[in-house]
Amino acid sequence: MNTIGWPNFRSLNQEGIVFAIAVVLFVAAAIGLPGFVDPNNLVAIVRSVSVLGILALGMAVVIIGRGIDLSAVAIMAMSVAWYLQLLNSGMPDGLAFAYVLAGVLAIGLLNGFLVAYADVPAIFVTLATGSFVFGYVRSQLITQDAVPVPQGHWVELLGGLRFLDIPIEVFIFVGLAFLFFLFLRYTKWGRYIYFAGDNPVAARNIGIPVRPMLMLRYVLSAFVALIAGLLTAASLHSINTRIVNSTLLYDIVLVAVIGGIGLSGGRGGVRNVLVGAALIGILLNAMTIIDIPLLYQNLIKAAILLGAIIVDGIINPRDEQTAQQGDI
Amino acid sequence: MKFIRTLMAAATALAVTAFVAPTFAADDPGPAAYAQALKGKRVMLVPLAMGFDLAQGWAHYLKTEVEAWGGVFETRDPNWVVDAGAQAITDAISSDTRPDVLIIHAPDLNSYSKLMKKAQAAGTYVILVDNPANFPADAFVGSDWDRLGQLEAEAAIKGCGENSSKKIGLVQGDQANSSSLYQYAGIMKVLDKHPDFKVVAKPDSNWDATTSRNVTTTMLQQNPDICSIIDFWDGDATGASAAIRDAKLDGKVFLVTTGGGEKAADCDKLQDGTYGAVVMTELARQSGDMNAIIKFLLQSGQPAGTSHTYIYTLEKATTKADLKPDSCWDLKALQAQAAAK
Repeated sequence: MNTIGWPNFRSLNQEGIVFAIAVVLFVAAAIGLPGFVDPNNLVAIVRSVSVLGILALGMAVVIIGRGIDLSAVAIMAMSVAWYLQLLNSGMPDGLAFAYVLAGVLAIGLLNGFLVAYADVPAIFVTLATGSFVFGYVRSQLITQDAVPVPQGHWVELLGGLRFLDIPIEVFIFVGLAFLFFLFLRYTKWGRYIYFAGDNPVAARNIGIPVRPMLMLRYVLSAFVALIAGLLTAASLHSINTRIVNSTLLYDIVLVAVIGGIGLSGGRGGVRNVLVGAALIGILLNAMTIIDIPLLYQNLIKAAILLGAIIVDGIINPRDEQTAQQGDI
Repeated sequence: MKFIRTLMAAATALAVTAFVAPTFAADDPGPAAYAQALKGKRVMLVPLAMGFDLAQGWAHYLKTEVEAWGGVFETRDPNWVVDAGAQAITDAISSDTRPDVLIIHAPDLNSYSKLMKKAQAAGTYVILVDNPANFPADAFVGSDWDRLGQLEAEAAIKGCGENSSKKIGLVQGDQANSSSLYQYAGIMKVLDKHPDFKVVAKPDSNWDATTSRNVTTTMLQQNPDICSIIDFWDGDATGASAAIRDAKLDGKVFLVTTGGGEKAADCDKLQDGTYGAVVMTELARQSGDMNAIIKFLLQSGQPAGTSHTYIYTLEKATTKADLKPDSCWDLKALQAQAAAK
């Protein structure tokens, strides 16, 4: 398990490597790119990754418990699209939100139930529920890919909210990161997630309620996805369900994994998400300032990820235990 | 007397002839030939997705017309997935109810070329709509994207004005879609003629609103004195407009985009000042062009793939100043109309 504090550079792990790359990039961009260290640009960097980071927090908790939630982006986009559709069709706000919240929690519970009690691998369960959520909402509940936020609605006002000239989503990202940190590190259930992720059978044998906790994680992930969706709609004044087809889902997994949360479970924490998000944010911002075309941006992003994984593989060879359990 | 009688008889005969002449019109061979050529013919639309304004508008106008002449109209929804579109086209060609006309909205220059060739070989006319492709289709109906880009650039230059910073930012779509590539070429043609105007950044949005917002934020951060931004599609320009709003530059940055001329997507946003100018496709007219070429091809008797026609839709940049009640079409109204049936 990682120690609290700065990465220990004598025993560099993936988190340390990625953190070092992020720092190098930051310094290089600060020297080489005019306007990069401007406070407004730094805020823009954090903001550009806050929705991604929030989703990655939910994903991190699931991954630490040795699972994965591939339905996160579908839940994020479709729940909010349905919510806005209900509002646009004149349903009272409270009732519409209650419906959507119930729907989101139900999908989270379903994910958790199928993984915990039906013993279906998480990757298949969530892939299926993600497609189901998208297909059902898109075909039955909404009429168009893009659903606008009604004029003057609180979601629209939320998007314009600023403290000290910093967009609200930055505070929500930081706040949620802190809550997740407290949960994972200082609550009993938070600590249990590591035990369950590291060795589910042993965790169950010592009396940890592994299955109910597993359901909780998927509910948490679904709820976080709803928050991320609301923030997206708040900023853009609409939600486009096309995002489900985008690479966002892979970017979420990327942020969690590149920061050093092992897919085999039981390792990592909020700090890894922050390091991963920082790297992606700095990278994308710098590449946009330099005006690198998107094709090359993807190439560079992928090359850095690959590099980090290879270096990690060399520095931290796979041990007996991971070799036996395997990744998901 | 005799002469007068003859004259009267002639006059009567003439009158009678004139009177009965309209009845000859019943034997006009047109309608029968028309009905014979068209009745029962199948038309299928395969857009990029059925969930956005253009596709829903086309489907509405095509369906109304095709069903009116006794044809069968179908759509397939690949939902932005190129493979799903290819599958839909493959299935359509090999099915018992092979469409007589296939209307394809190509995702890029090359993906469907082989399939379209197969369709023509099987006897199906192929009409490309909106996005050009490297394929000699029976007809292309849609925008001349190069010209459209020129219109956008002209609108941006006008929106900036002579005493501005003359800095223009572009938010491109991607580097694969013909609409994005040709649009860029058109914009640069106009800007080459105005060397005092400069493109300061040209990131891609990948047609995603959040990405558009992030790249526009960075662009404005680096160049706060940008006077105009051209975003390549109204589907993601909501992101660019959010970035402008966040930077408190509303009214200072003239946002130009292009779209299908749907009311909520384009006209409402011109009205409230979100967009400075939109190069709108006149959807009803474009659908009318499609309907005309469908009717022509089905009656022509020529085998599929023998002629290649380009029908470019007339485009113009609309600003708030020249908004008219009929500048846009209303998707909600069309849906309500369809639901009422």
